[in-house]
Amino acid sequence: MPKVTIDGREIEVEAGLTILQAAERLGIEIPRFCYHDRLSIAGNCRMCLVEVEKAPKPIASCAWPVAEGMVVRTRSEIATKARNGVMEFLLINHPLDCPICDQGGECDLQDQAMAYGRGFSRFGEHKRAVPVKTMGPLIRTYMTRCIHCTRCIRFATEIAGVPEMGALGRSEHMEITTYLEGALHSELSANVIDLCPVGALTSAPYAYVARPWELKKTESIDVMDAVGSNIRVDSRGPEVLRVLPRLNEEINEEWISDKTRYACDGLRHQRLDRPYVRRDGKLEEASWQEAFETIALRLQSLDGKKIAAIAGDLADCESMAALKDLMAGLGSSHLDCRQDGAKLDPVNAAGWRFNTTIAGIEQADALLMVGTNPRWEGALVNARIRKRWLRGGFPIGVIGEAHDLTYRYDHLGEGGDALRAVADGSHDFAKVLKDAERPMIVLGMGALTRSDGAAVLALARKIADETGMVVEGWIGFNVLHTAAARVGGLELGFVPGEGGRDVEGILAGAEGGEIEVVYLLGADEIDTARLEKAFVIYQGHHGDRGADCADVVLPGAAYTEKHALYVNTEGRAQRARLSHFPPGEAREDWKILRALSAALDKTLPYDTLEELRARLAQASPVFAAYDKVVPVAWGVFGTEGTLDAAPFATPIADFYRTDPISRASATMAECAAVIAPGPNNAQEKTGTDG
Amino acid sequence: MALQDKDRIFQNLYGLKEMGLAGARSRGDWDGTKEILAKGRDWIINEMKASGLRGRGGAGFPAGVKWSFMPKEPGPRPHFLVINADESEPGTCKDREIMRNEPHKLVEGALIASFAMGAHASYIYIRGEFFREAEALQRAIDEAYDAGLIGKNACGSGWDFDLYLHRGAGAYICGEETGLLESLEGRKGQPRLKPPFPAAAGLYGCPTTINNVETISVAPTILRRGGSWFAGFGRENNTGTKVFCISGHVNNPCNVEESMSIPLRELIERHAGGVRGGWDNLLAVIPGGSSTPCLPKNPCDEVLMDFDSLRAMKSGLGTAAVIVMDKSTDIVRAITRLSYFYMDESCGQCTPCREGTGWLWRMMKRIHSGEAELEDIDLLEKVTYQVEGHTICAHGDAAAWPIQGLIRHFRPEMERRIIERKGGASAAAA
Repeated sequence: MPKVTIDGREIEVEAGLTILQAAERLGIEIPRFCYHDRLSIAGNCRMCLVEVEKAPKPIASCAWPVAEGMVVRTRSEIATKARNGVMEFLLINHPLDCPICDQGGECDLQDQAMAYGRGFSRFGEHKRAVPVKTMGPLIRTYMTRCIHCTRCIRFATEIAGVPEMGALGRSEHMEITTYLEGALHSELSANVIDLCPVGALTSAPYAYVARPWELKKTESIDVMDAVGSNIRVDSRGPEVLRVLPRLNEEINEEWISDKTRYACDGLRHQRLDRPYVRRDGKLEEASWQEAFETIALRLQSLDGKKIAAIAGDLADCESMAALKDLMAGLGSSHLDCRQDGAKLDPVNAAGWRFNTTIAGIEQADALLMVGTNPRWEGALVNARIRKRWLRGGFPIGVIGEAHDLTYRYDHLGEGGDALRAVADGSHDFAKVLKDAERPMIVLGMGALTRSDGAAVLALARKIADETGMVVEGWIGFNVLHTAAARVGGLELGFVPGEGGRDVEGILAGAEGGEIEVVYLLGADEIDTARLEKAFVIYQGHHGDRGADCADVVLPGAAYTEKHALYVNTEGRAQRARLSHFPPGEAREDWKILRALSAALDKTLPYDTLEELRARLAQASPVFAAYDKVVPVAWGVFGTEGTLDAAPFATPIADFYRTDPISRASATMAECAAVIAPGPNNAQEKTGTDG
Repeated sequence: MALQDKDRIFQNLYGLKEMGLAGARSRGDWDGTKEILAKGRDWIINEMKASGLRGRGGAGFPAGVKWSFMPKEPGPRPHFLVINADESEPGTCKDREIMRNEPHKLVEGALIASFAMGAHASYIYIRGEFFREAEALQRAIDEAYDAGLIGKNACGSGWDFDLYLHRGAGAYICGEETGLLESLEGRKGQPRLKPPFPAAAGLYGCPTTINNVETISVAPTILRRGGSWFAGFGRENNTGTKVFCISGHVNNPCNVEESMSIPLRELIERHAGGVRGGWDNLLAVIPGGSSTPCLPKNPCDEVLMDFDSLRAMKSGLGTAAVIVMDKSTDIVRAITRLSYFYMDESCGQCTPCREGTGWLWRMMKRIHSGEAELEDIDLLEKVTYQVEGHTICAHGDAAAWPIQGLIRHFRPEMERRIIERKGGASAAAA
């Protein structure tokens, strides 16, 4: 381990570390623009120049590996002069438009100009101006401000895997652009806004909306997919103005998907802000009391067997637990959280989790994906797979639709036959899995929501068993969920009880009259036409499909408006936090259920969130271990059966609009139209359409 | 004592003789190549070291030492030799003549150098504008293939060797060795960060050596006649012969192969017919291609054309492209034009060069027209030092040096323009 001296302080670091990283260990900050931990080293901003003894010139510390006996000075005259010179060069062509720049207040250039810049300019020439570039509905560009650090180019090429950005021209005429001036065809595209150290790439929907110091910042959890990305919700008053990623190495590193970031304007539209009751076929505004009375009247002396409940994709664990308890009180065992009909076996947690964990993907050395398009179903899982793939020695096989996943893979087949072939060893990929030390399989909802889902699950478990995916300290069997609520629901047992009906059974029962009352806890992705005959109670936050068919609407809170637990696809319970209160009469969901239970005379035994969480912790230790993955034992699950040869279809037709919030978002609608990675949106523009 | 004709390596520099394979053979090319290869890698590299040959591309790094940096035993990755024929430095036209008239020297040199560094393939990256030169070179490569001199079992030596010609697209920066590699790999020509150096990770991440056309072309003759023969010319540490390109205000602009360390005055008067209007009409000389600082007449009386002597004068040998300017020259305008060139040809990658070259050019333009303040000259000089040494490649230095030379030697001329523009009378004008 080389020993180096930085600013007179000695440190021993592992070989291969750069001077800049070694300095960071000592708490010495070296200014930089182009350098970023997760991107390749460009060394082009020259801000990090330091003096190294015996070197003839100042050295770019971000790129120079430490060597034994190296003596570095970061504050010497040579280093300071170099840095001040670079700072001056960066500023000469940078516009003085900080007062109208959205980056103001969180701008690296602004901050570092305060530290290393002059108070005046020696530049007496005309400044350069660069035309604005079109980069889609999410990214607004002011390329005059660009300092050519190329972080965005490197992100697009390396992390997002879409080599659609680059620099055109040379000298001071060099311009950063998407070559064809269009949106980046990536679901991670807007991360370049966070990466941009200046105001060249800013958020289009957030343009001129607020200053960072006006915002209330709440650390929370995303629910747009089952990844559970860590986010920071920036709100002002009752409005979420933007969502930013929060560092979590285990899950999203420091990226989030565009949907996570930009669906937040959907929180302002189509909201249910007061209770409604259907009178004479029309939903009419009502008070809480009227709504509860209507429900109580309908449930009066109704047999519990005629009541059913379905939890939706965005439901939090607390409200699902409360609803489950309420259903038990009412004597019903018809409840299900798998509204997409996934044949997940509620027997064993290993059978529904992403056991490898997202960070664990980096340890894997072979991967089989079945019926999933991780790019849409878990964009950051896909980013992690790509990260692993880039390191090499990671064969990937895909069974299902062949999408551009930003990495190369073997397309083994479309449907059940291919899976069968891998399972019985007749396909070569079986050997690849067998030879690997840490192979993994990822099952998507495209494989599990079919009628043969239980058989697929059983066969996948068989593959896992037979190719050595389950060894000491490693479970290579994974389910990639699409819904934030799903794993939480399964963990707390929001599934049909003794003699209970699943989603399909409930819908059939509602049609046939055996089920008379259906309680929808934010369930919108079901065929609501089949509920026509039933009395439907819809509790949720958006006037979406579920509310349309409801007889009583109870306005709930969206994920930014409540303290709530969500369990991600790995089985990791994380806390979402209230950033502002729900609109109008709407209330936190568990409180609604608690109040309703009192109105129904089946009062639930908890009065505070803490008591409810204690009740959750009893149901499963998962809910007590915040932010951690509780290990699970391997077991038996699934039902063996015959597999349908039909191709596995991806469950997500439109990445940008998968749930009530994103469906209400104007930004997402624009993305779907412009960026359009979904087959449903792939309308070819003719050039004459506006 | 001037170099005798028998000691000139490039016997057909002027294209008066046949340039094809037969002509080349009559001049000694491809003579005993197999025997040279048979002497082995170490012998070749030691002989090159003994010759004292310093790279002819401008930086003057000892060629034998550079070759020895390649890994001794080829690892899993192949070795490459890349030959830099992207000759674009203003004033320089030596490689052009070599490729036009002596292409076989380059082809043979490529084989020998590749063998010496364990490379089975070599790429020549030729400047796109050198259209006829590329044709001539390709013809020579084809001839060599047909004669079995290169290709499988080159010259019967048992060494397989392939030589490829790649044409550039006209960016000066692609002549920077790592920029060249980027361009050769099909990317935007932008110099790479070093380390890693090309000898460790160069073309496609494989060990690579990059040499100038002239460096490679003289290697076969050096090995045939011995390193000590070559080392017999010039001064210590500046040995050998060198093709000088003399242009500008001389009576007979020419390329000429001469001994290193020849006095500048002798070079100009013997080969280029002297300065237009006589030696006393000399204003300044740019001794080594446009990036080296200019020298006024005084040092030119004495200076020797080699690396060390010119360095002592705060200039450099560079590519040995001597640009002569007589007293009719508007020296400020000349350097302004060079500033424009370096601004235009900056790759735009790193900050000091991208932003600094444009600033320098604009200030030069103002000083040239006199629309400046006297302090601007100080600012100009400070900015050159702010660029120099702070960039990824040497382009920033190349942009700074001509201006530094101008300020060092012709500051009164710059001041005169500013003062006269303001309506004053300057000391220089008086």
